[in-house]
Amino acid sequence: MRNPLNKTITEIKPSGIRKFFDIVAEMPEAISLGVGEPDFDTPWKVRDEAIYSLERGRTFYTSNSGLKELRIEIADFLDRHYGLKYDPITEMLMTVGGSEGIDVALRAMLDPGDEVLIPQPCYVSYEPCTILAGGVPVPIDLKEENDFRLKPEELEAAITDKTKILIMPFPNNPTGAVMEKEDLEPIVELVKKHDLFVLTDEIYAELSYTTTSHVSIASFPGMKERTIYINGFSKSHAMTGWRLGYVCAPEIIIQQMTKIHQFAIMCAPTTSQYAAVTAIRDCDDDVANMREEYNDRRRYLLNRFKQMNLKCFEPFGAFYVFPSVAEFGMTSEEFCTKLLKEKEVAVVPGTAFGESGEGNVRISYAYSLENLKKAMDRIEDFIKELRK
Amino acid sequence: MREKILSYIEHNSRIDLSDLAMMLGTDKAAIMNELEAMENDHIICGYPTLINWDKADVEKVSALIEVRVTPQRGMGFDKVAERIYNYPEVDAVYLISGSYDFMVSIEGHTLREVADFVSAKLSPLDSVLSTQTNFVLKKYKDHGIIMAEKHVDEREKVSL
Repeated sequence: MRNPLNKTITEIKPSGIRKFFDIVAEMPEAISLGVGEPDFDTPWKVRDEAIYSLERGRTFYTSNSGLKELRIEIADFLDRHYGLKYDPITEMLMTVGGSEGIDVALRAMLDPGDEVLIPQPCYVSYEPCTILAGGVPVPIDLKEENDFRLKPEELEAAITDKTKILIMPFPNNPTGAVMEKEDLEPIVELVKKHDLFVLTDEIYAELSYTTTSHVSIASFPGMKERTIYINGFSKSHAMTGWRLGYVCAPEIIIQQMTKIHQFAIMCAPTTSQYAAVTAIRDCDDDVANMREEYNDRRRYLLNRFKQMNLKCFEPFGAFYVFPSVAEFGMTSEEFCTKLLKEKEVAVVPGTAFGESGEGNVRISYAYSLENLKKAMDRIEDFIKELRK
Repeated sequence: MREKILSYIEHNSRIDLSDLAMMLGTDKAAIMNELEAMENDHIICGYPTLINWDKADVEKVSALIEVRVTPQRGMGFDKVAERIYNYPEVDAVYLISGSYDFMVSIEGHTLREVADFVSAKLSPLDSVLSTQTNFVLKKYKDHGIIMAEKHVDEREKVSL
């Protein structure tokens, strides 16, 4: 029989830490600080709206781009929160989570051989999606001494005449790093100088704990026309399972993206879109409450690390901390496996998010204080024993 | 800081104060001072525990009683309320808007006990015009906490 499989997909490696996941799966009693999704329930009024839409029989496809009413609300939200001005009709597409937006944008923009700059550590999908779209992923290793922010020197060193897109994954999963206005300014200059496009994944934008509010790279003068802006409801509104995100970009890009989306997906889930109208219109307070609680937990973890003398830069976004375990003379994966086996606490090796994650582990604080405390007590015992 | 402390202890009055201090970026002594000050000012009125008596197999009967009264000259409703809330059986008394004046929540061990309280103590009060007793059949949620179910984390153990 002939090989039924496509060469490109078979050559993409599954996550490097499969083995670690398998061990976690066998230990149901372990305390996990390993998830990348909120612990809060979706606000009830959002769920209620979804139920109501089902009762009303709103179970048909929406237009390919998504419900117009929702897109108008999102345009208003983006303006009110980040000063972004997008035309909801021509510059926006509702997608199946932010992840579909990433995939479709890369497919709509890349020609074979085009290079995509990917600051790492980062979420795992940019690299395979780039390869599947025919592009060439070029990782940029972010450094702990820079609080895992992207520096202009690092960017400039990675640019070639084949570079087309820079991915900006901030606030960042797994590091929790953010890029503030001053950090973005020199990046913006380089992007313009080298005529690049930016795919900015701002799915964690609402979960930002800096004193000044989150700044989008799309809001800089001259950047809107070269930015593909990705956001969604998963993290900010605790709606991961609803699979709903959106992309804002120049009309010519949205047009081509809509074609791919139309042929592959038809439209984002209708029930989720009706529910999302309520989420984006009426839930600013719910989001603020969640953010405040995450921030309290973030401070709790950083203080615990300080007490146990574990090196950790202060992350200002998402719901992750990314402490260094380099002092223990083992790889991140060895550290996590040993911690799991000996203390039954699951955290994720930094290397799951790219090689530059070596030496760190991702700890999620999308957990109750009770859970965090229990896990921190165990981690404290664990590193005491390692230091003996 | 006060508001944050209150919002945490409202849901968990047994929260470890060192943990709370770490979350709020302050120290334990500062939290204790604030708590003491709020206890003195009677902002914090007590630290009771929310109990699901059904599960504890202890017989309890509670009722919500709608009470219509005549307010007393110069004292308004407060004097009448005091007559009512001083009975130890009375759990809560609220002055409310609507077609009656007080909502009185009472708790007893048996139906008889509750009935006796209404007929022998509450109704005969001079200023009480009428009462309507509503027995509680089942408590679903109290003080923001759902009584019936314990929250379980149904997320996958690890996701990227």
